Amino acid sequence: MKLTLSAFVGRIAFSALAALIGAAFALPLLWFLFAPFNARAELGLALPDPWTLSNFVTVFGNNFAVQALWNSLIQSVGGVILVGAAATLAAYALSRSSLPGKGAVTYILLLFSSVVSGSAAMVPIFLIVSAAGLIDTHLAVILTFAGGLLPTAMFILRDFIDSIPKSYEESAMVAGASPVQAFFDVALPVIRPGIVVVVVWSFVNIWGSFLIPFILLRSDDQMPASVAIYSFYSEAGTPIVTLLAAYSLIYSLPVIVLYLFVSWKFGFRFFGGIKA
Amino acid sequence: MASVEFRSVTKSFGSFNAVSDVSFSIGDGEFVCLLGPSGCGKTTSLRMIAGLETPTLGQVLIGGQDVTHYHPKDRQISMVFQDYALYPHMNLADNIAYPLKVRGKSVSERHGRAREVADVLKIGHLLDRLPSQISGGQQQRTSLARALVYPSQVYLFDEPLSNLDAKLRLEARGFLNHLQRDMGMTAVYVTHDQAEAMALATRIAVMDQGRIVQYASPIEIYRLPATTFVANFVGNPPMNLVEVEASHGNGSLQLRADGLSIAPLPMTDVIGKALATSSKLTLGVRPEHLHIAQGSAPNTITAALFANENMGPESLVTVDRADAGRVTARIFTDDHLQLGETVTLAFSPEHVHLFNSKGDRIPAAGE
Repeated sequence: MKLTLSAFVGRIAFSALAALIGAAFALPLLWFLFAPFNARAELGLALPDPWTLSNFVTVFGNNFAVQALWNSLIQSVGGVILVGAAATLAAYALSRSSLPGKGAVTYILLLFSSVVSGSAAMVPIFLIVSAAGLIDTHLAVILTFAGGLLPTAMFILRDFIDSIPKSYEESAMVAGASPVQAFFDVALPVIRPGIVVVVVWSFVNIWGSFLIPFILLRSDDQMPASVAIYSFYSEAGTPIVTLLAAYSLIYSLPVIVLYLFVSWKFGFRFFGGIKA
Repeated sequence: MASVEFRSVTKSFGSFNAVSDVSFSIGDGEFVCLLGPSGCGKTTSLRMIAGLETPTLGQVLIGGQDVTHYHPKDRQISMVFQDYALYPHMNLADNIAYPLKVRGKSVSERHGRAREVADVLKIGHLLDRLPSQISGGQQQRTSLARALVYPSQVYLFDEPLSNLDAKLRLEARGFLNHLQRDMGMTAVYVTHDQAEAMALATRIAVMDQGRIVQYASPIEIYRLPATTFVANFVGNPPMNLVEVEASHGNGSLQLRADGLSIAPLPMTDVIGKALATSSKLTLGVRPEHLHIAQGSAPNTITAALFANENMGPESLVTVDRADAGRVTARIFTDDHLQLGETVTLAFSPEHVHLFNSKGDRIPAAGE
């Protein structure tokens, strides 16, 4: 097929426009990749000359910054375990039992959770945590996130479990398994991809959060990385760009690594039921 | 192996009775098919034997023991599911051996036994595959192997062949038939396919709307259907049913319907009783008992040709009696019949079935 001239020009124009839009999105990412390795990084994009790890040395020399990464890990992993375990058990029960009004329960929880994790609920959350004597503890952050994320996690997982035929567990029970055995041997492995989705989603949520730990935590040695980034501002409020860039890169690595790991291990792929 | 018994079992879901007051017993070593259209309660009945549903009323007995409130795991039963329910994360060996795993058997015993059963079912070479890597027929045999890997009192089948293509289904049906007679197992088999039920069962329970309409051997169900429902459900194609207006006198019964010419039948007491309620009866003739005749002889049905379907060795010739329904004949012929042509189908009086106005069979003299 012969391309007419106008179609040819049109295609070039379209590609150029697409490239321009792409570049607009790529620039901040390029800065994000270059700046940490540039000892004289500024807000403008520049190739590091020379490439150096001095920014990272400074970051790792800062005890507060390193402790904050560790704190982020404690809070995220703690929250993920709680959300993952509780959501799995709750979603399984909601999906498989014949409780009246179980649908309504999920939807009401879902509705309230969007309020609970929003900033409107910050004052009551602070008061509750304070009354429980948990202010300035990892547990406060973990519990608050678990409360906020659980309904959505349950909703996602329940949907997932609903799509898995009951006959898996039924066949296990007929074969002689107790309900608990049937759950661990048959149901759990089949719903594991759904649990992985929930785990990744809640990890990313907790790892990236700022407001809740900022409000519930006070002492420097409890703060997660998202809050600690503020320590790379001078007292006048201007960012120390070199450190900020290096720390941001370190801060985003766990999430990237988690995605890659899950994608390699599970491929975000679901075991379908056998064709019915 | 053991017997199974239902004593006045009712199962309600809300206000809907899936099974209403059903009682029957299955002898040791019998192969019973629960046959009926979807929603007739056959699967619910099977699930109550398995313990996956609990009866609202009544008792379920296995081997003479009341197991109504037993958990499935305590019933010593095997079940093959319609969707096979193979565990997608386990290979075939682990799938087949799962019942042995929950019974605490060692890995070597489990895999040894799984191989034995798999070899019998000709899937021994697939043991380290995942269920998603084998064909539908192989999946079906895997689920059968899982049911056979341990000794059970009763083997339950929930439409196990309905996901197979026609050729595989015939093959699997023959194999199941041989296996059951060979092992002498007590089997309960749910199906909506009357041919499957006829081929496999020692007795068939035909179900409709939560009740058992007839419970008898396949040959009796075919020869003496208890109701028009059974007559219309069993047979391929099912029995032709023609509404007739009856009158009697001088010890003979005269039936009249459009296009129907029938010699008077001998009058009996039971027919008299049926006619006392209504003069409307239903006449039934199986398609295989009809043949093409010339002219207007007695014992014929005459109507315009509706369809002529060639099935290879035989043809299905259907005539349309306008508002009164259609009649199909199964005949060995390759006659050139033209659409719209008038066709006469003849039958002999001993092949006539009569049903009263409620659809119940009127026994012929000597039945």
